[in-house]
Amino acid sequence: MKPNVIIINPQDNVAVALFDIPEGSPVLISGDLEFPALEDIPFSHKVAVKDIPAGKTVRKYGESIGCAGEDIRQGSWVHTHNLKTEGGRV
Amino acid sequence: MKGATFNGYIRPDGSVGIRNHVVVIPTVACANGVADMISRSVPGVVSLMHGHGCGRALEIPMHQRALAGLGENPNVAGALVIGLGCETLNAQLIASEIAQTGKPAEFLIIQEQGGSRKTAAQGIDIVQKMLETVRNMKRTPCSLDRIVLGLECGGSDAFSGITANPAAGLVSDWLVDRGGTVILTETTEMIGTGHILSRRAKDKDVADRIVQIIDQADKRTHDILGELASLVIAPGNMDGGMSSIQEKSLGCIIKAGSKTISEVVDYARAPSEKGLVIMDGPGYDIESLAGLAAAGCQLMLFTTGRGNPAGFPIVPVIKISSTTRLYKAMEDDIDINAGEVLEGKSLEDVSGRIRDCVMDVLNGEQTKAELNAQGGIVCLYAMTPAF
Repeated sequence: MKPNVIIINPQDNVAVALFDIPEGSPVLISGDLEFPALEDIPFSHKVAVKDIPAGKTVRKYGESIGCAGEDIRQGSWVHTHNLKTEGGRV
Repeated sequence: MKGATFNGYIRPDGSVGIRNHVVVIPTVACANGVADMISRSVPGVVSLMHGHGCGRALEIPMHQRALAGLGENPNVAGALVIGLGCETLNAQLIASEIAQTGKPAEFLIIQEQGGSRKTAAQGIDIVQKMLETVRNMKRTPCSLDRIVLGLECGGSDAFSGITANPAAGLVSDWLVDRGGTVILTETTEMIGTGHILSRRAKDKDVADRIVQIIDQADKRTHDILGELASLVIAPGNMDGGMSSIQEKSLGCIIKAGSKTISEVVDYARAPSEKGLVIMDGPGYDIESLAGLAAAGCQLMLFTTGRGNPAGFPIVPVIKISSTTRLYKAMEDDIDINAGEVLEGKSLEDVSGRIRDCVMDVLNGEQTKAELNAQGGIVCLYAMTPAF
């Protein structure tokens, strides 16, 4: 199966959706990791590839893009509702 | 991967050109017509027309440096500066700065030569003589550590930070590992990443300067635009999945790879260090290209999501599309399709194709922008209005 997300840096705990991924359908990373999307992930948005406990760093590009505002489970959509950003500005 | 040397034109100051242009540089927009008359009369001569040179007291040093820097660019083999005579920039000074590289550089003043036709006639003689010398120059093998690569992203989309920019970033790391220089600019697009970029600085001075220029860009944008700043910095970013300005900026700076930042330079200033360098400058693509060319970049990588055909008159610009959709829509303008990452190709594969393209272009192969003669006029950055 073709991957439907991309992890930009190996240290990242979020991946970016290459297509709209409906709730319940598999998230496929380079063919070797698969788990269900817990909610709709819109294309170009982020999905957690690991459980991220509240307060822990969310990584993309190998860098912190903020910390989890709540416990984020693998397969969850990660966006402004559950991500506390350092600058706080969008 | 192809070899780590390329065939270039070695200049008297040791810099290496990948093109061999004779240029006509007007000091002021009033001299554009004469510069144009000369370049239209002599095939192979490029005129670097622009809209500045007078009426902007605060930009004199920056524009003087920028025009001299364009003449000093290693891709230039000889330069003729055309002054009007009463403008604030000084043609003789620009020509003498260019001449310090050891390349032929001359100047003519329209008001002293007796008008536009007489100046053009003299100018045509001068550039024809320069061309005769230039034609005999041969490419010789040179090391990649002579290369200064400029980075630009324009018309970004949601995929720029996933495909084209990370692939370009691997190319930036590759060149820095081989002793070359890479210049990241567009300070506006670094807003929110000062703490990240400064961690990669070679020392505290560079770190402080990185934070300072990004803070200034952030403040300037908000001082001038107020609430509208968010439209300039981040249009549609949240809908596109960006959760913060910092995340959006990370997608921009990733094109500069992951290496230590060795220096911060002002707009249009040539780096004195090798490695990864940041040039303070605007987010407007075309002013960025001019600043990078004036800083001495012989080659540029330009990633684009929406599609931008622009090149630069004396510097090859390699266009990298973020999606296959854009590549197919504007194939005549795009050199490399990084959108293949979305179809399962690895970033390493795509960056390998960019590297091969870089080597070909260094050795003389023309980019799409060159084939399309997408030189256009030179747009210089200006922070103050004309008076």
